[in-house]
Amino acid sequence: MIKQITNGIIKENPTFVLVLGMCPTLGTTTSALNGMGMGLATLFVLVLSNMAISAVAAHIPGKVRIPAYIVIIAAFVTVLQLLMQAYTPALYETLGLFIPLIVVNCIVLGRAEAFAARNPLAASACDGLGIGLGFTLSLTLVGAVRELLGSGALFGLPIVAGGGITIFVLAPGAFIVLGFLMVLFNKISRSRQ
Amino acid sequence: MAKASTLTNMTVTLGAIAFLASAMLSAVFVFTAEPIRKVAAAKVDRAIGDVLPPFDNSPAIEMTETKIDGRTLRLYPARKDSRPVGIAVETSTGGGFGGEIRLMVGFLPDGRIYKTAVLSHAETPGLGDKIDARRSTFSLQFEGKDPATFNLAVRQDGGDVDAITAATISSRAFCDAVERAKKVIRN
Repeated sequence: MIKQITNGIIKENPTFVLVLGMCPTLGTTTSALNGMGMGLATLFVLVLSNMAISAVAAHIPGKVRIPAYIVIIAAFVTVLQLLMQAYTPALYETLGLFIPLIVVNCIVLGRAEAFAARNPLAASACDGLGIGLGFTLSLTLVGAVRELLGSGALFGLPIVAGGGITIFVLAPGAFIVLGFLMVLFNKISRSRQ
Repeated sequence: MAKASTLTNMTVTLGAIAFLASAMLSAVFVFTAEPIRKVAAAKVDRAIGDVLPPFDNSPAIEMTETKIDGRTLRLYPARKDSRPVGIAVETSTGGGFGGEIRLMVGFLPDGRIYKTAVLSHAETPGLGDKIDARRSTFSLQFEGKDPATFNLAVRQDGGDVDAITAATISSRAFCDAVERAKKVIRN
């Protein structure tokens, strides 16, 4: 169980190792808080959809497997969207447009197909939790680096006076930061082996 | 492993999943309807404050509705020391790239636009969402303009508004909503 959780954070880290879900990774990580919000939103959907799919997978005919999974995932995403609208309106303002995109996030469908459909409920929940945490940590890290370089702040607290290098908050900065972090992550994890 | 697929079991399974999903959604929808309504009301209040000079009445209570081009526009009159300081108009358009865009436009008593604010939209992140003042300076070009002399259309259509690069449809929709607010103010 513990192994499934750490597996998602390090060995199968969705961002730096599997390189999945790049759209929200690049789009929402303008600050550490936004990255973390998006990561937690995906984590919520991943855990619930993994559990639901693991519970029903055996009863779903092979040919309608994908549409069935998509309906389940879309339902959880809409639940999340309504809850965020009601209780975290500020976060919903900044992430709102990306939340519906969680439905087509390949991490969620990928874990449904690759793990949840052929594993028991508890293991699937742990896998969702692990992958979700891995995604959250990666997005927070990318967001923190971009926020620090781009606006001279961290989690909204100003650290460097006079702002930062604007390009890191813009799209090219996302690619640059992601690239360097990916190199770093893989170097560290390889030297450990 | 997955079961063999027959027409009956595929229909029944998908139907059952869709039914359960909608049941769950309706429950959450009912549960969150009230908080969401409150959040939206607070947002409208904040937007009125953003698009008008300081006032001391409650425009939301004195709101009036007008119908134009089949759309309902809301007018929020603002006063300070019983003297009118402007009217905030909640306007909308269906012409956005992602559907409906709702704006709040503040007009001064002399007819000039004071400020604008985006209430809701579903434009493409990174392109059309630049209609929001937090994402680009596009909406700032309307500030202080008199619609009588400032043609509320993008330059491509012969107007005076600089469109957002790669988001002409969103820019055009924004102009359309402001134009509609102007029509209501004129009447």
